[in-house]
Amino acid sequence: MTATGSVEQATDTQPAAPPRPPAPAVPPRRRRRTGRVAEDRRAAWLFLSPWFAGLALITIGPILGSLYLSFTDYSLLTAPEWTGLDNYRRMLDDPRFWTSLRVTFTYVFVSVPLQLGFALLLAMVLNRGVRGLPIYRSIYYLPSLLGSSVAIAILWRRVFGAEGLVNSVLAIVGIQGPGWVSHPDWALSSLIVLNVWTFGSPMVIFLAGLRQIPTMYYEAAQVDGAGAWQQFRRITLPLLTPIIFFNLVLQLINAFQSFTQAFIVSGGTGGPADSTLFYTLYLYQRGFGSFDMGYASALAWVLLLIVAGLTAVNFLASKYWVFYGDE
Amino acid sequence: MATSELTLPRAAAGRPRRRRKWPIHLGLILFGLVLLYPLLWMLASSFKPTAEIFTQPGLIPSQWRLENYPEGWEALRHPFSRYLMNSAMVVMGAVVGNLVACSLAAYAFARLEFPGKKLWFAVMLGTIMLPIHVIIVPQYILFSQLEWINTFYPLIVPKFLATDAFFIFLMVQFIRALPRELDDAARIDGCGHFGIFLRVILPLSVPALATTAIFTFIWTWNDFFSQLIFLTSPDLYTVPVALRTFVDATSATPWGPLFAMSIVAIGPIFGFFLAGQRYLVQGIATTGIK
Repeated sequence: MTATGSVEQATDTQPAAPPRPPAPAVPPRRRRRTGRVAEDRRAAWLFLSPWFAGLALITIGPILGSLYLSFTDYSLLTAPEWTGLDNYRRMLDDPRFWTSLRVTFTYVFVSVPLQLGFALLLAMVLNRGVRGLPIYRSIYYLPSLLGSSVAIAILWRRVFGAEGLVNSVLAIVGIQGPGWVSHPDWALSSLIVLNVWTFGSPMVIFLAGLRQIPTMYYEAAQVDGAGAWQQFRRITLPLLTPIIFFNLVLQLINAFQSFTQAFIVSGGTGGPADSTLFYTLYLYQRGFGSFDMGYASALAWVLLLIVAGLTAVNFLASKYWVFYGDE
Repeated sequence: MATSELTLPRAAAGRPRRRRKWPIHLGLILFGLVLLYPLLWMLASSFKPTAEIFTQPGLIPSQWRLENYPEGWEALRHPFSRYLMNSAMVVMGAVVGNLVACSLAAYAFARLEFPGKKLWFAVMLGTIMLPIHVIIVPQYILFSQLEWINTFYPLIVPKFLATDAFFIFLMVQFIRALPRELDDAARIDGCGHFGIFLRVILPLSVPALATTAIFTFIWTWNDFFSQLIFLTSPDLYTVPVALRTFVDATSATPWGPLFAMSIVAIGPIFGFFLAGQRYLVQGIATTGIK
């Protein structure tokens, strides 16, 4: 029984189907059922064929390709030449590699918490039954749609220029601002502000999450005499941890891949003095500026490992702070 | 459903709170103005003489300079309509590609049984997180061997191969929520899988398809990295790449015309935003896309 039973279950397309009475007509039913399974399979391969082709040609092939190229010296003109770990060793002695890592990590670990903090704060305020919520929500969300565009990066370059909008406003209160985008100490901060400016999309996700928290929890807490801070600390925050986690993973991955803003604001150089040399910008310069494709591939693999590693750490750490209702 | 649960007790307890609400509104409005001020400023600057852009942070131009628009339009090698057309072609191709390929794959993952389904599904989810920078170099080599550099193919063909896996996932989630009885009814009426897909699933999946179309439009319209890499001939420049050459073209940037073209560049997105803001916001709330 066990053997046939498990086979039945494995091949049955609808495990929930009511058991049929054993009948002599086993062969035809069998055939129909296996016919259905085969039909399913055939249809599945057909429906998935574009995706499989894309996976092989556009995704997995290139991943393996870049892994291979990362061990070679390749300039597109001559055949790749195997150099083993040379590219990776080169990184260790490449000050711009380390600079780009430092710039990117600073950018990610300053702007993402700020962005999520703003998003949560505004979501909390908007969730307090304010009238006109859809309007506010839409207005705050708009920057997220535009934030990655070249036009906004151009705007930022101007707004944070020496004679730009930010300094004009600062001048009103008597502060002489620096030439933000042209000063090595300040250029990155203008890009951090740009990322924080796009807090709208995590905010909308936070809002959706806040709506899921039953109001009766708060009412019960109020009866018990809990204040606003207590309610936030003991109810909102724990119940929101899955959403916080989701936003965190998403925005970290996004921020690591930022390119356009730094490229436009620095005119493609990562300057001034490499202060906005995002990792992806450096990769672009090596690969598509100097056609140093082997080294660029090695850089790409290090990026992949960093992003994958960080995401894995995130998921592991989530066991300790993310609270799912069913636990 | 959730709203009635939320609003009922609030309305009852709302009265003492309402009096204190206007400071919140004032704060929210001021905050919104600060957020949108750069955008308004760019719009205003697109009507200002370049010299005036530097000198005053105010919004109202002392004289309205409409010539910024025709000047910006003609400032590059081709009139700006050329770049808009190029962008439109890339975007249309990407939208159609994503709609066709992702919905096909989603149907298979949501409705069909096949060996290794769980594994392939996991692979599909994994590719969502893959940075494009990891695959761009070999992709570039592949496309250059196909002599596709300086064509729109590298930007469109991958979409027909469902490489934007995020949308597959989105549609799988959506299709899973549709009742299977509808499939069975169609099957009894003689439909095969393709018939069910075409006549039952697709018509019911319009919200998911619309979300996919809108976000593909916005992402592709904004995309700079791959367009910068695959399109190097000025004839084929899309809007973002053209805007970029505008900045780098001269040392003294004509900011008025540049801002005018920036407004033109974000115009379609802004239009989408105005037309479908509720939809966009819902799309992001349920799926987490930007």
